[in-house]
Amino acid sequence: MTELRGFYTLWLREVKRYLRDRTRIVSSFVQPALWLVVFGAGIGAALRGGFQIAGVNYQTLIFPGIVAQTLLFTAMFMGISVIWDREFGFLKEILVAPVSRFTLFLGKMIGDSTDALIQGVIVFAIALALGISFTFTAFLECLPLMLLITIGLVSLGLIIASFMGSLESFGAIQSFINLPLFFLSGALFPIAGTNTPQWLQVVARVNPLTYGVDALKTVILGAPYAPLQIQPLWVDIGIVGAFDLLMIAIGTWSFSKMK
Amino acid sequence: MVHVIETNQLTKSFGGLTAVDKLDITVESGEIFGFLGPNGAGKTTTINMLCTILKPTGGSAKVNGFDIVREAMQVRRSIGIVFQDPSIDDRLTGRENLYMHANLYGVPTSQQKDRIDKILKLVELEDRADDLMRTYSGGMRRRLELGRGLIHYPKVLFLDEPTVGLDPQTRDHIWTYIKELKEAHDITVVLTTHYMDEADRLSDRIGIIDHGKLVALDSPQKLKDTLEGDVITIKAAKIDELTALLSEKLGLTQSRIVDGTLEITVRGGQSLMPKVMEAATHSNFLVDSIQLREPNLEDVFLHYTGKNIRADGGKELHGFAAIQRRKIR
Ligand SMILES: Nc1ncnc2c1ncn2[C@@H]1O[C@H](COP(=O)(O)OP(=O)(O)O)[C@@H](O)[C@H]1O
Ligand SMILES: [Mg+2]
Repeated sequence: MTELRGFYTLWLREVKRYLRDRTRIVSSFVQPALWLVVFGAGIGAALRGGFQIAGVNYQTLIFPGIVAQTLLFTAMFMGISVIWDREFGFLKEILVAPVSRFTLFLGKMIGDSTDALIQGVIVFAIALALGISFTFTAFLECLPLMLLITIGLVSLGLIIASFMGSLESFGAIQSFINLPLFFLSGALFPIAGTNTPQWLQVVARVNPLTYGVDALKTVILGAPYAPLQIQPLWVDIGIVGAFDLLMIAIGTWSFSKMK
Repeated sequence: MVHVIETNQLTKSFGGLTAVDKLDITVESGEIFGFLGPNGAGKTTTINMLCTILKPTGGSAKVNGFDIVREAMQVRRSIGIVFQDPSIDDRLTGRENLYMHANLYGVPTSQQKDRIDKILKLVELEDRADDLMRTYSGGMRRRLELGRGLIHYPKVLFLDEPTVGLDPQTRDHIWTYIKELKEAHDITVVLTTHYMDEADRLSDRIGIIDHGKLVALDSPQKLKDTLEGDVITIKAAKIDELTALLSEKLGLTQSRIVDGTLEITVRGGQSLMPKVMEAATHSNFLVDSIQLREPNLEDVFLHYTGKNIRADGGKELHGFAAIQRRKIR
């Protein structure tokens, strides 16, 4: 009971802090919009003719990838909150609370994941405004999927942050993790495409985000994506879920080491 | 008597520095234990170990009968703490911080509103309770933190310099409240403070540590008695030079200057006074006044640590904590 209330109160804290941060919410519209409009439309036009993928236009094709990107960047950024809490001393208050480290980790993680999920939904809103087509059912199916993807990523961010001393070093790690994970996830090009270099196919298959992107594409793009699918949906979900569990286990461990 | 806290050769080293050195103390159930020592003596480090934030590098300790390393969770269920450094979430309101604490510490939902309203009143923040704490002044933040520590009724309450920067009136009624709580809920209090009058008035017993080692432990009265001495206070011009002279000529080394007044702890003050006067006039010092008084806790502190507690403020803070705390001072 105490654990449950502890979880709830930590979750609520993360969500409240997020919803109060107007600048972050406004800026969360900008990056995905830029990717979809400038990159999606620009590259899409350049590719037209020679490189039509499965009859879907490029902007639509990268939309699931941009959703995943938003989840990734937001999730990793959330790790900062641990460092922030330490710098401001608030961490001590929760570390002496009579609540298990598993609950502390879970409360913070699910709270941050909720925030990332909201960011993901915002990308759908942008897509709608840009006229990118997706069904309402697909959107609903994506909600649990996004949460599943986000949990592992937020956990990863929290784990890294719990070992980092300062904001500066966290920033450096971000660029070593965010961009490689993003570029190697098939967010911008098909992994299983006939022309994709062999090494890239191999590396991408080690990246857990690849399966998240694959699942989102399967749900959002539907039948036209079938030939390019890396794994069936349930395998994607299994892999991402396994990654989540692993990250939660390591996260709980890292929180129990934290000072 | 039951020992609520018991340390056994408790030690903490940071690399080469031994912050707490084989500490043996016991705190009895229901008492207010004053924990004094100069800056960097190891008070906060000790408290952090006792509340399971830091792991000892040697020795052991029990809080409420539970081992601080092996039974950390049970220890955490037994304690409350007001940290020396800031520990609030300033993106939340004061009230939200209090509710969060109540939930984390398992205060029954039915009692939360009552207790929180009462605390807000006590720390005089009722009218600002729903503002984000980033808009609070340093003193207001401190009052909220202090109040927060009193929301759940722990077996042992650690207060690490709780009243720094608060005005005497606020300090007074917070202490009255803590004493009431303590009586009503059988709470044991461990207190560190820079205010010697506060420590003297409130503590049942006082432990003084220096360089991580316990140097004295007794009731305030007994500590004062063991000095077996008096304090000579002298007002004079060129006080620094006079201090040097008395140290050199009469071997009076236990001296300090407080607000321009020279205070010397001596034995047999009655017979020493004339000698002091003589030495002073002989070297052409103009003495305005000279007095003999009973030693107080500050003299005790000076005796055991060789340092004047008022000479330094709090410990040095780094980073954001420093910025926040600076607003208080
Ligand atoms: N995390 C730390 N790393 C290294 N040294 C520390 C750390 N925390 C405290 N110290 C050192 O340990 C000593 C005791 O500090 P502290 O317990 O804060 O003293 P007090 O609370 O009595 O003023 C000081 O010399 C301080 O610099
Ligand atoms: Mg201290």
